[in-house]
Amino acid sequence: MNRYTPLRWKRVSLLVDKKAVAALGAFLLLVAGVAILSLGSGDMSIPPAEVVKALFGAGEGMHELVVRSFRLPRILLALLAGMALAASGAVLQGIIRNPLASPDLMGITGGASLAVVTFLTVFSDRANALTVSIQWLPLAAFLGAFLMGTIVYALAWKGGVTPLRLVLIGIGLTHAVQALTTIMILFGPIYLATQVHIWTTGSVNGANWNQVTTLLPWALLLIAWIWISARHLNIQELGDAIAGGVGSRVQRERLFLLAVSSALAGSAVAFVGGIGFVGLMAPHIGRRIVGSSYGALVPVSALIGGFLVLGADWIGRTAFSPMEVPAGVFTSAIGAPYFIYLLLRTRN
Amino acid sequence: MNGLETKALTLAYGERVVIEGLDHVFPKGKITVLIGANGSGKSTLLRSLARLLKPRDGAVLLDGKAISTMSTKAVARKMAILPQSPECPEGLTVFQLVKQGRYPYQNLLQQWSAEDERAVKKALKTTRLEQFMDRPVDSLSGGQRQRVWIAMVLAQETDTILLDEPTTYLDLAHQIDILDLLYALNRNEGRTIIMVLHDLNLSVRYADNVVVVHDKTVYAHGKPEEVITPELVQKVFGLKCLIMPDPVYGKPLCIPCGKGGRKDHESLRAVDTQ
Repeated sequence: MNRYTPLRWKRVSLLVDKKAVAALGAFLLLVAGVAILSLGSGDMSIPPAEVVKALFGAGEGMHELVVRSFRLPRILLALLAGMALAASGAVLQGIIRNPLASPDLMGITGGASLAVVTFLTVFSDRANALTVSIQWLPLAAFLGAFLMGTIVYALAWKGGVTPLRLVLIGIGLTHAVQALTTIMILFGPIYLATQVHIWTTGSVNGANWNQVTTLLPWALLLIAWIWISARHLNIQELGDAIAGGVGSRVQRERLFLLAVSSALAGSAVAFVGGIGFVGLMAPHIGRRIVGSSYGALVPVSALIGGFLVLGADWIGRTAFSPMEVPAGVFTSAIGAPYFIYLLLRTRN
Repeated sequence: MNGLETKALTLAYGERVVIEGLDHVFPKGKITVLIGANGSGKSTLLRSLARLLKPRDGAVLLDGKAISTMSTKAVARKMAILPQSPECPEGLTVFQLVKQGRYPYQNLLQQWSAEDERAVKKALKTTRLEQFMDRPVDSLSGGQRQRVWIAMVLAQETDTILLDEPTTYLDLAHQIDILDLLYALNRNEGRTIIMVLHDLNLSVRYADNVVVVHDKTVYAHGKPEEVITPELVQKVFGLKCLIMPDPVYGKPLCIPCGKGGRKDHESLRAVDTQ
């Protein structure tokens, strides 16, 4: 039992996987490292040591302004969005029991995108100004994701929901929703077209503190919720008969987890758009490192997701400077081949 | 108390009724084997005993109480089910799988009690899997994998264990290994075992009690020696056969009258003239 240490105190007990704790620590350091590098890169280059000083309020005035006011919100937004998408994907893969499930392929991010574009089209006046506060945008995205998740679930229902039906209906509806999004853009104000284009690819360009403080509680709360639901996810992965046999209320848990997963994906999409394939890749890499047990998989996948988006954003804004390439372009560039690799592997 | 019983149980998939108005008592502390032709509804009956299938009508009672009125976790502390060929997520280790048998005993705060640890250790010991604890389940052989699933069910520490064809896809030696394990659990610990098996000869060897599922009901049940006759096999499986006591254990041995190795033998002539 050397891999595990039980923690017990009165009626509270928990089994700690030391391998997972080590992996978690390693990824925390990795994320912190990339974050510091990214905070130091840009028009004004700041060495890592100065970045750390600036973060703790002990740096030069100019450095502090650039790091804390301009760059930090963007870094945090990238991190949070990556974490949310990864956790969402990890949950979907568990309840659908298919390694190819992810919020993008299931139409959940598509639903959020459609909601956002609809919101922007409906609430724009002739002068291209929004008639309502932009604060409502996340809610629209969240509702879009949630509605889409529910519709997919409802259509897949046939005295219970089987993973296969869920995936097939998800793929079908993704395409329908993409078509609708395109129609919305055609009918929407012209300026919207370019904006929406960048946004649907996924970018953290133009992040501000306001967005960070709105996303932060959502993302962290929902990820924490998934983490403490780990044993329900573990049991779902063994199939309906086993889960039902050990006393899980399978359909109820599945619907609930689907809702949390949609909420996470939706909240990420609201702020950074459809950064592709993170929800697919991160849980996979996580599984390779800490195995399939969700207590370890949820936090590790989340950190990997954060790392991926953070890294993609860093490369996107430094490699082709002064041009900025949206983070979603890079995640898709790695993600699409990864997806094909997974397809080929699962075929055997 | 009675253990597991059904009261006017009717099971159906959509329009198709599989079991109709069944009243049956499964004896406690015995090994009961459900047999029947393909599609006779024996697996369906087993699933409904385990509350995985809702009855169209009637009820399944566990110790005199309808399982539909009990909390599903409370049922899981009394009765475990191993479905047919379950699938294990890639990379999950033996220990990680077996410990999930403790699900019905855990809650948000209590996720790994000393009791959980003891039960999992015992289950691994009973199934001789201690040395494989940290190995991924998918790296094990078919026979070992089946022992892992049985260990998970054992970790649930229930009086009653249901199994749906626990020996499918295993070679004969591993089939006997699994059946011996279940036999030992019944004889040493007094657990009630109810399972579906395909092989008629193995069924009668291990069963205290056979339940023949045919024609939407329990067509016959009781001691294998009394139940298994050529007439029953003809009726239920549509197969001509000879039944004779096997020379070693004295249990009924079914010899199907197929064409392979055809000989002119007086007992076969007797079957032909029937």
